[in-house]
Amino acid sequence: MTAPADAPLLPADQRREGALATLRRGLRMMPEFRRGLPVTFALALLATAGRVVVPIAVQQVIDRGLAGGDPDLDVVTRLVLLCAVVVLITAVAVYRMNVRLFRTTETALAGLRVRAFRHVHDLSVLHQQGERRGSLVSRVTSDVDQLSTFMQWGGVLGLISVGQLVVATVVMFVYSWQLTLLVLVCFIPLAIAVRWFAQRLATAYGVVRERVGDVLGAVAESVVGAPTVRAYGVGGRTAARIDAAIDRQYRAQVDAQKVTAAVFVSGEFVAALANAAVVVVGVLLGLAGDITAGTLVAFLFLVTLFVAPVQTASEVLNEAQNAVAGFRRVLDVIDTAPDVRDPAIAAPATVRELPPGPLGVRFDRVAFRYAPGAPLALDGVELTIEPRQRVAIVGETGSGKTTFAKLVTRLMDPVDGRVLLGSDAEGWVPLDEVAFSSLRARVVMVPQDGFLFDATVADNVRYGRPGMTDDDVATAFEELELGAWVAGLEDGVRTPVGQRGESLSSGERQLVAVARAYVADPDLLVLDEATSAVDPATEQRLTRALDRLTDGRTTLTIAHRLSTAERADEVLVVDAGHVVQRGTHAELVDADGPYARLHSSWRRSSTGAPAATG
Amino acid sequence: MARRRDAVVRRGLRHVLRGIVEQPGMFTLAVVASSIYGAMTVASAYVIGEVTDRVLLPSFADGVTTAAALSLAAAAIIGVALLKIVGILGRRLFAGIMSYRLQADYRRRVTRQYLRLPLSWHQRHPTGQLLSNANSDVEASWFFVAPLPFAVGALVMIAITVVALFLTDPLIALVGLVVFPLVFLVNVVYSQMMSPRMQRAQQLRAEVSEIAHESFDAALVVKTLGREAAETERFGARAAELRDGLVAVGRVRGLFDPMMEALPNLGTLAVLLIGAGRVADGSTDAGSLVSIAYLFTLLALPIRAIGWVLADLPRALAGFDRVTPVLEATGETPYGPESAATTTGGAAVAVAGVDFTFGDAATPTLRDVTFDVRAGTTVAVVGPTGSGKSTLAGLLVRLVDPADGTVLLDGVDVRRLREGQVSAQAAFVAQGTFLFDDTVRGNITLDEPFSDDDVRAALRIAAADEFVAALPEGLDTRVGERGATLSGGQRQRLALARAVVRRPRLLVLDDATSAVDPSVEARILDALRDSDEPSTVVVIAYRQATIALADEVVWLEDGQVLARGTHEQLLDEVPGYAALVRAYSQTEVPV
Repeated sequence: MTAPADAPLLPADQRREGALATLRRGLRMMPEFRRGLPVTFALALLATAGRVVVPIAVQQVIDRGLAGGDPDLDVVTRLVLLCAVVVLITAVAVYRMNVRLFRTTETALAGLRVRAFRHVHDLSVLHQQGERRGSLVSRVTSDVDQLSTFMQWGGVLGLISVGQLVVATVVMFVYSWQLTLLVLVCFIPLAIAVRWFAQRLATAYGVVRERVGDVLGAVAESVVGAPTVRAYGVGGRTAARIDAAIDRQYRAQVDAQKVTAAVFVSGEFVAALANAAVVVVGVLLGLAGDITAGTLVAFLFLVTLFVAPVQTASEVLNEAQNAVAGFRRVLDVIDTAPDVRDPAIAAPATVRELPPGPLGVRFDRVAFRYAPGAPLALDGVELTIEPRQRVAIVGETGSGKTTFAKLVTRLMDPVDGRVLLGSDAEGWVPLDEVAFSSLRARVVMVPQDGFLFDATVADNVRYGRPGMTDDDVATAFEELELGAWVAGLEDGVRTPVGQRGESLSSGERQLVAVARAYVADPDLLVLDEATSAVDPATEQRLTRALDRLTDGRTTLTIAHRLSTAERADEVLVVDAGHVVQRGTHAELVDADGPYARLHSSWRRSSTGAPAATG
Repeated sequence: MARRRDAVVRRGLRHVLRGIVEQPGMFTLAVVASSIYGAMTVASAYVIGEVTDRVLLPSFADGVTTAAALSLAAAAIIGVALLKIVGILGRRLFAGIMSYRLQADYRRRVTRQYLRLPLSWHQRHPTGQLLSNANSDVEASWFFVAPLPFAVGALVMIAITVVALFLTDPLIALVGLVVFPLVFLVNVVYSQMMSPRMQRAQQLRAEVSEIAHESFDAALVVKTLGREAAETERFGARAAELRDGLVAVGRVRGLFDPMMEALPNLGTLAVLLIGAGRVADGSTDAGSLVSIAYLFTLLALPIRAIGWVLADLPRALAGFDRVTPVLEATGETPYGPESAATTTGGAAVAVAGVDFTFGDAATPTLRDVTFDVRAGTTVAVVGPTGSGKSTLAGLLVRLVDPADGTVLLDGVDVRRLREGQVSAQAAFVAQGTFLFDDTVRGNITLDEPFSDDDVRAALRIAAADEFVAALPEGLDTRVGERGATLSGGQRQRLALARAVVRRPRLLVLDDATSAVDPSVEARILDALRDSDEPSTVVVIAYRQATIALADEVVWLEDGQVLARGTHEQLLDEVPGYAALVRAYSQTEVPV
């Protein structure tokens, strides 16, 4: 099985989309964010007004209270007190706004996080494997965090800045329309430059996010691959790879920083230009009798009011690019259509339940390939497995056995033909019309690597059937003839298994995974090399117990150990994507075909005895 | 309580100092640049005042102006701005570089620890946690550095302002003396309120990441058991806790920000109120008051920079507190001074009185295990599932050290060997294969100078040559993260080729051939044994054919060596052994 060499990757960072489009797309995805937004906006407006009022009051105090070197203390006191009240109101408004904003953004982002998380699970196995684990994790963690920084800090500041800009412009116009036009003209080149900078920033931060992902990938190798790194003494090599990734991240960060600094100072330069222009033109206008000295001084104050938000906005722009890059990565996950979709969601009108009773399997001219252009992993497979059959699927590595199992459990959909479950008595239902709730409750697969969660043995078994007590779990192990193994554990079924179950040996992990599937009580059980690491004696006991316990159900077993095939009702031999032989062990072992060869080879290796035991 | 508060501030300042000490050059440059910026900010206020007094007002009063005066005014404004720009550029760039260097440096240190610390340490720490230690915790630790030079520059500005205030008018200066300490007081109170909330948020952030990691790792199980909703609920519960934690952080921060903004404003107003009186009684002039008022408004931003640094400190400390245990973790594998034997044949292995217990488990995994493997021979270790075989395999190649007893390689305790000596002699193929996100070639050579012919020969022995040849880019095909683009059997074959290409003096196979054809296994063992100087092989296996190849079998049960001998001897003498290896022979085969 040459798997997805170019599996359909998530469209991260490939789609070129404007920042605003991303924001719109994201806000649609976050209904929680819009709740109560008008009040927050009103508070932001109040805060803006407050920010503008203070400098104006200062100017008024100077102009009216102190003018002519003979201060009117009454006016000054009144104005200052009024101003102090405004400052306090502004502070309260900002506080209320902040709290509201923190609440709505965190609620919205928690929602987004959970939605993205769920969507990752909804993606097909092929999609999941095509992405780096660390990169998937970062989409529900750091990318979302990036957004929260922006929405709470940059977003507000940006809004206030725009408000301030508008208010300042209006007030400036009231003072002197000529000087206002002058200031606006000075800022035109900046407005153009900002667009150009925005693109540079977007690129720079896109690179940074990518490099962060690379570092996580490299670090993950040193953690997950720790035993291999040690066994081969390649700590130095691993360190070099990590260092290279860290260096690349550092360089990308410094590059982005350069652009950021350039954006910021261009605003500063334009501001100085505007100031100088206002002084020169203002004096000339004054001499022409158009404005008074007081107006000109006041105007100089107003220019700072105009400049400050421009600078803040360029700062926010910078943060926004970073956030948008993260946003895009989160949204791209959510927007990736799962190629294996639950018909309960995709086509609620035609969704069906599996028919009651034991389930058989039917392949109707099924073909599958892992990627467009890749060779067919299964090629026109046509067969029916009757309900209640115990079927062994055998074949060389890469013959298509696992593909077969993944199609039966609808982890993947065939590229051609269809898979049906059911029976002649109750009817056959195409798998792609079966609601996942029905499918997963009745069809269970145990993969070779039965992943365990960092919890107790009982917790892991309960995963297959929530609500079981520890005693129920212990009983289940007894039924599977694994009571002795459980008894040997430190704390019985309450023994913690460690992260990924690593406190247990791989054979033991498989025992727990089989028990987990057994308690799920499926009508169709698919075992894909599920006991490959278990010792033969235990395996024989376990599989015999399973045979007894699942009597009347259908089981498909894929195993290198052909003891399963010897006991099965029927054996399917898969080779190069085709079912090449089919029959009972007794029939096949004497026939001249691949099964006889496989079996004799296995017999030789597992018993040391001559092959012809059949 | 007061003591604890105090501790937060002191620890915070010590952390700031740590950053400065580790990047003194960049810090100095950034502070110099910030000071230029600060000085120029003050200068710009001064220039505006001077322009008002000397150019603007006289022009209006006299009704005339000169081109020279106007150009001078414009030049002064722009000149100061240019210097300020230099200051800003320097501050931003140097502060950024300082912050990123610290991050990169600590990432290196943290990952170096990951590579150095023993596997037992790794087993105690979830992958998700270690990843967030190296990533977000390090980032959080040094995030405050970006505005740090700005804040230090602000201190310079405040000092200049206070001096200017005193020179202009001592009474107005008192306002400054009230406002600035108040700013610091608010900051201190803030840090103390924030610290525990920040720690909790950071902790929750790591937990959310751990759940995501585990859950995505378990994706196949989640899918096959239809537990997506339950997993989402589990993740959602922790995400909700994180949300509440962050909202709690937001409440404090939301209060702090407007206070930091209001304080300088109120200061400006106080200056005006008092200043007006002073101007009225002739103690100072209007021009001075204007420039002081202007200065106060200008100070608002830098004062906030001090706030940014202090506001980030609790987060930085929370992050650093999570990084520190990694940096300070001890228990790294100690190495001795000795070299391994330089002979080329198989290595002699001896295990003497070895006990091993996982973590704080009550029952040991291995108890008083003793056996030896003569150089050039093959020993099979056989035992029921969970009897301790893999642990024993790990001990032989020193993945772990025994609690008691010794493992000897050519008569030398492996703990006395220099670093890298064991892996130079021994190759280990684990049950679960791990591949690097690298090419097929890279995964086999691990950057050691093996020729392509060597690699191809090893692939042939491991029966991997055909599928590798069919890959789109052959040896140069990248295998994806952990070999994701390959099947389990293919990964196992590459792992075997990786061991074979080294022609190790000791090969330890931990049930590493379960997915490959028995003939392939025989070929691998032949390749290593059928030379003049055969390798020593320790193989953990269940297949009789494999066991039959062994010169001796060690029977392991419940962590103890209960029998040793040839396959035939054990079949006769040990009922458990016979039951295990004959499990398949005893199957009633329907005929």
